[in-house]
Amino acid sequence: MTLELSHDHAEVVSLLHPLDAGLEPAIASLHARLARDAQLTHTLDIAYRVVDSPVGKLLLAATDRGIVRIAFELEDHDSVLQLLADTVSPRILQAPARLDDAARELDEYFKGIRTEFDLTLDFRLCRGFRLNVLRHLPRIPYGSTASYAQVAQAAGSPNAVRAVGTACATNPLPLIVPCHRVVKSDGSFGGYLGGSEAKRALLRLEATP
Amino acid sequence: MKPGQIGNKKPFEAVVREQGATVLRVCRAVLGVHDADDAWSDTFLAALQAYPTLPAGANVEAWLVTIAHRKCIDHVRAGTRRALPVDQPPEQRSSLGIPGDGYEELLDALTGLPPKQRQSVAYHYLAGLPYNDVAALLGGTAEAARRAGADGVKSLRSALAAHQSLAHTSPKGDI
Repeated sequence: MTLELSHDHAEVVSLLHPLDAGLEPAIASLHARLARDAQLTHTLDIAYRVVDSPVGKLLLAATDRGIVRIAFELEDHDSVLQLLADTVSPRILQAPARLDDAARELDEYFKGIRTEFDLTLDFRLCRGFRLNVLRHLPRIPYGSTASYAQVAQAAGSPNAVRAVGTACATNPLPLIVPCHRVVKSDGSFGGYLGGSEAKRALLRLEATP
Repeated sequence: MKPGQIGNKKPFEAVVREQGATVLRVCRAVLGVHDADDAWSDTFLAALQAYPTLPAGANVEAWLVTIAHRKCIDHVRAGTRRALPVDQPPEQRSSLGIPGDGYEELLDALTGLPPKQRQSVAYHYLAGLPYNDVAALLGGTAEAARRAGADGVKSLRSALAAHQSLAHTSPKGDI
């Protein structure tokens, strides 16, 4: 009975198979239309896109307040999106338009023609001392570095060197908030979200006149 | 708890990727190709809006089919020329379908079915809903939904067979 039923089911499904004609391109254009409609009706809480870069694929995500997250491939983009769904909102779509400016500015940065970012940021993923640290980082100029201890001092808590390390390691907005410019006091690179190779590459890029 | 476990909701993007094709098939079967796109868009926009209130662990596919069912009915009510034909099958084949692969023939055959049969076939065979759930959407008993599904499949088969023999005996341009 069950066998017969499932046989029947599969047979009917194949009978209906012509409905799949042109399904994939249709879905692609419907997805784009959904992203536009969602943006227009303010139902989209987080828009994201993935861009290529010299340090690997980057996930860019924005709320209606600004860029909320930039993630390296190493962080696993699916996990990052799931965490955003859990902590901010599950109303997330791949919707490139909201990230156009960010993508362009990052592209210019990697080409060496941009030394500062002019983007609206949403810092809702960080709080307290970590937020305080992140707000200080853009003061380290392009092409130079600061030690964790110097940043701790600048953030008003000279003893909180380890906490500065944590703030950098959990920076939700790497590249734009330049935690890669924070290095160890002995001059070695220290860790980095995107891997030490990426940190090295960024500092090399910024050192090139 | 790991991300993605029960209690956590997937990003809506994943819902579109996983269920988009099924919902479009259902809309095409119920409405025909032209209105299907609009019904799909209405369905997913409404779903996106309501997504945060969907209970964690709910059956997302059944939820989407429920929304699609309502949106398809809206489309039928809204348009005079729109599908879910009640009286008679169209005299001419639609030129909107993508030719070949039996697509138009199938749409013609679907168009010839009474709405409940068409919906039962779509929800049970395309969306995989058990007949209990189909009955919950359409009203009536699960047995009635099962009968509508079976009758629908039977009519589809004979309509398609008739098409084939017609195509066989009188090739295009012959008459």
